[in-house]
Amino acid sequence: MTVAPERAAERHHILTVLVENKAGVLARVAGLFSRRGFNIFSLAVAPTDDDRFSRITIVVDVASAPLEQIVRQLDKLVNVVAITELAPTDAVQRELLLATVEAEPAARSQVIQLVGVFGGEVLDVGPTRLTVMLAGPPETLDSFEGLLATYAVVEIQRTGLVALPRLDPHPPGARPRREPAHLRRLPTPPAS
Amino acid sequence: MTQMQLTGAQALIKSLEMQGVEVMFGLPGGAILPVYDPILGSSIRHVLVRHEQGAGHMAEGYAMVTGRAGVAMVTSGPGATNIVTPLSNAYMDSTPLVVVTGQVSTAAIGTDAFQECDITGVTMGITKHNWLVTSADDIPRVVAAAFHVATTGRPGPVLIDVPKDVSTATMQWYWPDLDDLDLPGYHPVTAPEAEDVAAAMAMLAAAERPVLYVGGGVLKARGADALRAFAERTGIPVVTTLMARGAFPDSHPQCLGMPGMHGNYTAVTAMQRADLLVALGARFDDRVTGKVDAFAPEAKVVHVDIDPAELHKVRRADVAIAGDCRVVLEALLSATDAERFGGGTDRLAPWWARIRAWQERFPLHYEPADGPPIKPQMVVEELRDRAEPGTIVVAGVGQHQMWASQYWRFEHPYTWVNSGGAGTMGFAVPAAIGAKVGRPDRTVWAVDGDGCFQMTAQELVTAAAERIPVKVAILNNAYLGMVRQWQEMFYGERYSEVYLSPDLPDYVKWAEAMGCVGLRAETPDEVGPAIEKANAVDDRPVVVDFRTDAFEKVYPMVPAGASNDAIVVHPAHEGLSR
Ligand SMILES: Cc1ncc(C[n+]2csc(CCOP(=O)(O)OP(=O)(O)O)c2C)c(N)n1
Ligand SMILES: [Mg+2]
Repeated sequence: MTVAPERAAERHHILTVLVENKAGVLARVAGLFSRRGFNIFSLAVAPTDDDRFSRITIVVDVASAPLEQIVRQLDKLVNVVAITELAPTDAVQRELLLATVEAEPAARSQVIQLVGVFGGEVLDVGPTRLTVMLAGPPETLDSFEGLLATYAVVEIQRTGLVALPRLDPHPPGARPRREPAHLRRLPTPPAS
Repeated sequence: MTQMQLTGAQALIKSLEMQGVEVMFGLPGGAILPVYDPILGSSIRHVLVRHEQGAGHMAEGYAMVTGRAGVAMVTSGPGATNIVTPLSNAYMDSTPLVVVTGQVSTAAIGTDAFQECDITGVTMGITKHNWLVTSADDIPRVVAAAFHVATTGRPGPVLIDVPKDVSTATMQWYWPDLDDLDLPGYHPVTAPEAEDVAAAMAMLAAAERPVLYVGGGVLKARGADALRAFAERTGIPVVTTLMARGAFPDSHPQCLGMPGMHGNYTAVTAMQRADLLVALGARFDDRVTGKVDAFAPEAKVVHVDIDPAELHKVRRADVAIAGDCRVVLEALLSATDAERFGGGTDRLAPWWARIRAWQERFPLHYEPADGPPIKPQMVVEELRDRAEPGTIVVAGVGQHQMWASQYWRFEHPYTWVNSGGAGTMGFAVPAAIGAKVGRPDRTVWAVDGDGCFQMTAQELVTAAAERIPVKVAILNNAYLGMVRQWQEMFYGERYSEVYLSPDLPDYVKWAEAMGCVGLRAETPDEVGPAIEKANAVDDRPVVVDFRTDAFEKVYPMVPAGASNDAIVVHPAHEGLSR
């Protein structure tokens, strides 16, 4: 199940930022956003297959500053190795949601059914509560979260999204590869 | 050099020597003690300051006149926090500094140990980069990386934090190649794209009212000669911002002088009426643009800057060129064909006619005085007219700074040192000392305010002890004059906490107590002789207390937040048709 991404696409852009895996790098990135008044909508950090680098996936709110300015300031951080901008429409995105909901025996099957419809999973079962999980595009998680709200939600956690570029369905050479203009002259990451 | 065991401290000093450091400014303390020991046997001169802020500003003054990185070394905790202001100042003005701070031992980090301060955290937003060194083995590589980052691309300050156990540990000496610096994310751009140069040239060829808007980046790029060649080839008028004074000679017929809040009428108005601004190493600072939406409304913009983040930051550029200003100017110059740009004079003649009319109607102006108090502008003129060519002028922050910039005649690059982006009071005395250390062959005059002087004057003790003969002219108006001016103009003459005193402290006695010559001028006739006396001293610092008019205001002035079109001219020029 997918939800049209228009609304989010207007304000939210995804930056995947390859950074050196060194102490304090996350603080440098977060500090840059706060001191320049750029808004972060969500942020996820994880190691990469190369232990010299980590990848930070940042969803930025471009209402706070032009994307190009955010990218260029970010690129000035010495520990930032490469930045890729993904328009939500050009990316496959996933986020993980965990929620504990009140589910008295009478409501329990409804909750389980809802989770099933969305393709989620029940992770934990208590006498009156269930903990459920759903992975999906953020908009799907939004819809799921809205529907869950009809039951008493005890706790909810979301990870922030991670994303990769959509694969080009055309065979190589059939269509010129489009690169966002503002990234044209940014350095390329070192071959690792 | 193989198989040499050194302590981290020895490796640090040796690394500074390898970088060609000739002088550093600092003050020792517990956490940096191990590093002070090998200084005794080093070729590097150490200047012992009286306050760490002085060390930072001295390093800035040194860097601004030499183009090399200034180096300062201080201890942890309060020593480190005392140098935060110079780091912020250097960050705003893109001055290359390498600051070494001591830190508590690695095992004690995070325990609130004596004199512990998270200085890399504190300075993250005001350094180009900083490093906390966790192993003595890293020292040569980090020092080499620090100098590389500080001095390449858009220059700026960096900080190296060295825990005490890292200084005392031993390591195997090595010296890294540029390729071994481990900076995978650092790739400053320098060369422009040919298509952008061509687009800029097309715009220049079509412009009828162009202005070259020259900022500090031209000086950083050592681009003054290229600028002059390009300006002369194209015949375009040139304005030099507060950070770029000296990048183009004030005496040149194409020079319009300084734009901005206290710029002259012609420089401000030429930008407002321009149909093309070629911004070279300038960043559309609010003190230059006034109200951004009303700035140069008819102008297309070609923006050249080595920092891609400056492009489109404040003003959308029609052509944005990321590159070193000298390299770009040379590329532009070689693209200027004689056919389209032959001196530029014919095509630009109507534009120059308007400019000349503004210059004639609205020159810089003050009402001279026959008796006391002395007019502050007159002091700057007298200093200027009695100065040797190549004299370096250093300013504090306030009215005196603006008068120094307005009334000095800057003919050479690197002869003007001031605090532009941060506006740091107390900058002048230590920065002048650093400038004199960097250029001992030049006369260095600080033009300071009485308020500023009181913030960092103690560094004259350093100057006297180290025989660094700087000269300080205090424009003593007994006020925090610039703030007084704002209160007069914008707060209904309600003067709140701006009065100092003309004679508390007694600046002459204070100067003498610090081992300097102290002089005073109270009337206009005393100005010239006092300057002559000061100029004759060359074995110690001199301080001259000029008793200046407290009520003089800096004109012209664009009120904060107003459009540049709302420029307030000297009362004598009010009512003249614009
Ligand atoms: C460290 C610092 N504190 C406060 C200010 C605000 N400020 C700007 S100019 C000025 C007055 C400076 O007085 P003085 O040195 O006597 O110079 P004048 O304007 O009188 O020439 C002040 C307080 C500042 N720029 N820097
Ligand atoms: Mg004053």
